[in-house]
Amino acid sequence: MLSLTGPFAADRRPSRATVSLVLTLFVLAASLLSLTSGAAGLGLTDLLAAPFGKGLSARDRVVLYDIRLPRLALGLAVGAALAVCGALLQGLFRNPLADPGIVGVSAGAGLGAVVAIVLGGLLPIGIAGLVGPSLVSLAAGFGGWIATLILYRIATSGRRTDVALMLLAGIALSALAGAATGMLTYIADDRQLRDLTFWSMGSLAGATWTKLAVTLPLIGLALAVAPRLARGLNALALGEAQAAHMGVDVQRVKRLAVLCAAVGTGAAVAVSGGIGFVGLVVPHLLRQAQGPDHRRLIPHAALLGAGLLVLADVVSRTIVAPAELPIGILTALFGAPVFLWMLLHNSLLRGR
Amino acid sequence: MLEIRNLSVRLGRRTVLEDVTLGARPGELLAICGANGAGKSTLLKAVLDEVPAQGTIRLNGHQVGQNRPEALAPQRAVLPQDTDVAFSFTLAEVVGMGREAGDFAAQPEVDRLALAAVGLQGREHDDFRTLSGGERQRGHLARALAQVWEPVGPQGPRWLMLDEPVASLDLGHQLKVMQLARSFADAGGGVVAIMHDLNLSAMFADRMALLIDGRLAAIGSPAEVMTGPLLERAYGCTVALDRVPASGPWLLPQNCGGHLD
Repeated sequence: MLSLTGPFAADRRPSRATVSLVLTLFVLAASLLSLTSGAAGLGLTDLLAAPFGKGLSARDRVVLYDIRLPRLALGLAVGAALAVCGALLQGLFRNPLADPGIVGVSAGAGLGAVVAIVLGGLLPIGIAGLVGPSLVSLAAGFGGWIATLILYRIATSGRRTDVALMLLAGIALSALAGAATGMLTYIADDRQLRDLTFWSMGSLAGATWTKLAVTLPLIGLALAVAPRLARGLNALALGEAQAAHMGVDVQRVKRLAVLCAAVGTGAAVAVSGGIGFVGLVVPHLLRQAQGPDHRRLIPHAALLGAGLLVLADVVSRTIVAPAELPIGILTALFGAPVFLWMLLHNSLLRGR
Repeated sequence: MLEIRNLSVRLGRRTVLEDVTLGARPGELLAICGANGAGKSTLLKAVLDEVPAQGTIRLNGHQVGQNRPEALAPQRAVLPQDTDVAFSFTLAEVVGMGREAGDFAAQPEVDRLALAAVGLQGREHDDFRTLSGGERQRGHLARALAQVWEPVGPQGPRWLMLDEPVASLDLGHQLKVMQLARSFADAGGGVVAIMHDLNLSAMFADRMALLIDGRLAAIGSPAEVMTGPLLERAYGCTVALDRVPASGPWLLPQNCGGHLD
């Protein structure tokens, strides 16, 4: 006779604690690597010999505290934000292929950046001086935010948001933003063309503590709210009606997930440009390794996204040193084949 | 107590339910019967506050739609018609979602008991999407059972709302699932089940409600509702009726006049 009490026999999947531990170690290792590699020649041994930078030359301290540390912080934050926002949107749309591009954040942010790059010179000197070098970031964040709000408005009638409508409207709005972007690209001069091409390829190079002061709180907010949506997103996997029957305030989950994704991705894209595939691949990889439960998926996506992006950044600034490869090229170069491999692997396992 | 008074539902210009008044008592299994399009599912949706409705619906004394979802979930669970599950959640994870929505979040052993009750013990780590249609339906039933595991709670009787609970099940599992619903009611809970199978309804239900074109045509014991003229009006076919001494009336469909309408 089967024992009917007690917990289930052990799951085949690794335990939550194991995955958390492995990912934490990974993030620490990637961070250390990021702090100790770069063109300035400040290496691991220097850092170990001088904990917290004590005893370093003034130049090395500047390299550590004002260049590498903010860059590391930005990499961690952007990676975590992109991966968590991907997980949120995939849960919301009940589709593993959803990513921030779908709710129009990317297209809106892209348009914002292009407007700033091409038309930024037309701003009155006073305003231009006020926002200065942050103009592109601010415009990108603003564009992403506006696009999401428009989409949310279109898809919401009464107190119900139609997720499928949001998906379709997102495609239309992205096309519209793409057309406007194309028009501005057409009138741009050579220098502007170069600027916007580089923006679209993504980079963490612009990291300063001043920029981080705006970015970190926004991303932190999104990362703090996201885990609270985990149970609701789990229930949504069974459909909106079933989620409601299980006591989930479905409209609240939808609203918060969209806002969270807009704030998190908007802030990330604003400072780092177009970095693709992190939001798509990281949640997918984790679902394969540990299952789809959002209560683990969201915190672990933050860790894996942060670690992977920092690692990609290290590669991007060492592979063609002393120059730098835009990080978006790297994430696409590795992310796309990994994603394809996962799709094939998955379908082979299932026998179809 | 589930009280429905003067319930009308209009979807677009069509009146789907017209002035329906009925009640379901805890300790009873009420079967809602009727032809396709008679309004059975809409009645359930109105009870679950999923369609705009006129009239009054009260569950355990609370107006439906006034309660917050998380307050209502421990009091009533719902078995949907087949519904797909996104991502590779295991059977145990799906059942656990139901349990955690109710009052049994701290009792993980309920998952195992609920799965055993529907005959899916040993399958807890299977990907829900790889189950057969009938297994998925029983998996969702286990989830609903785990949500209201004890038929009577601190806030009164708990409720099971079942939308065609035996639709895709084999004969043996049809009986098993109906017996589960029966014992939930016998233990003091309330069960409302949308049923197509009139013989199973007659065997297990205390009362049957028959809907015809959005109106309540009859409600009462199976013997009162399972009459030739009523069933012919409801389903457009003639039936041969008989009685089994132990379990009440049963029917054999005879002739639907060669056309469907």
